[in-house]
Amino acid sequence: MNIVSQHQISSDLPAWFSEQQKQAWTEFQSVPQPTRHDELWRFSNLKILDLARWHLASAPADVDALLARSRGLSDLAAKLVFANDRLILREIKNLPEGVLLLPLEEAARDHEALFERYFMKHPTLLGSAKIAALHRAQLKTGAFLYVPAGVKVEKPIELWHWSEGDHIAIFPHTLVVCEEGSSASVIDHFFSMNNEASFVAGVNDLIVKADAHLKYIAVQNWSRETTAFHLNTTGVGKNAVATSLQLNLGGRYIRTESNSRLLEEGARSVMLSINPMDADREVDQRTFQDHLAPSATSDLLYHNALDDRSRSVFSGLIKVGTAAHETDAYQKVRNLMLSDEAEANSMPGLEILADRVRCSHGATSGELNQDELFYMMARGIPPQKAAKLIVRGFFETVLRRLEEPSLEKYFGHLLDRRLALG
Amino acid sequence: MNTLSIRNLHASIGDKPILRGLNLDIPQGEVHAIMGKNGSGKSTLAKVMAGHPDYTVTSGDVLLNGQSILGMEPDVRARLGLFLAFQYPMEIPGVTIANFIRAAVQARLPEGEELEATEYYAKLYAKMDELSIPRAFTSRSVNEGFSGGEKKRCEVLQMAMLQPRYAVLDETDSGLDIDALKVVSSGVNALRGPEVGMLVITHYQRLLDYIVPDKVHVMAEGEIVLSGDKDLALKLEAEGYDWVTAKN
Repeated sequence: MNIVSQHQISSDLPAWFSEQQKQAWTEFQSVPQPTRHDELWRFSNLKILDLARWHLASAPADVDALLARSRGLSDLAAKLVFANDRLILREIKNLPEGVLLLPLEEAARDHEALFERYFMKHPTLLGSAKIAALHRAQLKTGAFLYVPAGVKVEKPIELWHWSEGDHIAIFPHTLVVCEEGSSASVIDHFFSMNNEASFVAGVNDLIVKADAHLKYIAVQNWSRETTAFHLNTTGVGKNAVATSLQLNLGGRYIRTESNSRLLEEGARSVMLSINPMDADREVDQRTFQDHLAPSATSDLLYHNALDDRSRSVFSGLIKVGTAAHETDAYQKVRNLMLSDEAEANSMPGLEILADRVRCSHGATSGELNQDELFYMMARGIPPQKAAKLIVRGFFETVLRRLEEPSLEKYFGHLLDRRLALG
Repeated sequence: MNTLSIRNLHASIGDKPILRGLNLDIPQGEVHAIMGKNGSGKSTLAKVMAGHPDYTVTSGDVLLNGQSILGMEPDVRARLGLFLAFQYPMEIPGVTIANFIRAAVQARLPEGEELEATEYYAKLYAKMDELSIPRAFTSRSVNEGFSGGEKKRCEVLQMAMLQPRYAVLDETDSGLDIDALKVVSSGVNALRGPEVGMLVITHYQRLLDYIVPDKVHVMAEGEIVLSGDKDLALKLEAEGYDWVTAKN
């Protein structure tokens, strides 16, 4: 049975939640498929919407092997590991009192009011409403992190979502709520166990209240045969800072939708993405910087390096609402073209309805700088290695925007491995 | 044989000839200076030797200890022992100095041999101390946001780490104040020795007060028109380049 014809509701979920899932299933069936005439699907590969090939995942075969590979940072506050939409490890090392880190079914059962207040409250505006409805209908588990007011989680929290099995579908979910004045860093790993075809419809929602600080990094390393949607909304409160990074290391076809809402005065959202691309991989990114309050800042920086026949699509909108005076909004997409056959499509957009606004947006495409290459070769570095170092540096400039050396180092190592740099 | 020999070298950029039959021998252990007016072809000579792809060699040869290097890629020439200190060193965003030099040192090791990190950093820090380069520089991107003096010190640091057999210093004095010039010069002087041949390219005699050459050559119209000892530099400073051109 495939994911389009079979709706399976987990018995672990409370009745109120299951009821919502039934409604979502109906919605999924009634929402029309996007077409190429839809602006939000311009330049997209519509083949990814062929969902009938994918089947609901059964329990993972080799839990020990999955756990052995779920190793990220050495120094952590806590870790949850999911495989095929089942929780396989909960490790709480050092979480301050009051912090909740729970699988979604427990949150829905034991903290109903709190969880219900934040769970998928914002509509999916960037093209994949149908996928979001499917996600909501087929969801079994996920991670819920709640950081109470004033609480600072010093060490990072790690989440892992594994897929294992051929032609399976999984629905990873992460919901983070940082209350006033709190802070946390979350690293969300999305990995495939084997080189098998799979489908992912993931949702991550980040709620960052006044004066809170959240860093959220999604490390995506799906198999080369995986089609994945990662749908995000971020809501940022007064003088709060949300920094998110999408590190897309793997996958065959990846579509990300990131909707960042600057809800209150002084809010700041930093939106980063790093995309090393080769073979026939495609990364399709849709973003929305939605300024709803005055004196807020949004700052988007996406760096793509495209080799072989890879292909990128970027479509981003900065919207400065009528109340959002004194806005600072930036959007920069850089494509480093490493092959004549690679293709980059960029559609930056701007809509300003307020006064005293500083905005800039732009997309650039360029090849490797020959003078940089010559300089490195003149030091004895072979051209292929020199090119990799330049690409690595191109990504490093984004990593530095995390402003957290230990995280920069960890993700730097992942990039070294991805680029086969010793 | 232990000589960097330039034989009747002709090179152009596009259709424009710049080097027109240049001959020069730099034995290991000696420091030679090339002086000349702007546009005489000094920097072109440096780039042609290093293998810059914008220049075409139309005839002649460059021999490193008897081996022709003109058919080689720039990185192969560098690994053979040729070093070019750039007049305008490139900025490489996101690549730290430590990683950059490390890749260059690693490239000189035999296939499969890994650089020992502790030894590498010990050597790097020692050389940085000699050049008064603060440790924090290792984590900065190559030349990004550097002052003129910092860039040139970084070039000399690379030279010190790579220990070339022949070094070409292209206008290493340009953009330096007198204090920076002294630091850079003492760094270069520390690398002088019987195993190293150096070619110092400069427009001004000032640098040669600090890096005293064994021989001085004057370049005009893409060739060497006059050679002499270090006193030739003083004469050029006093009388200008027109004296040489008139003499020819």
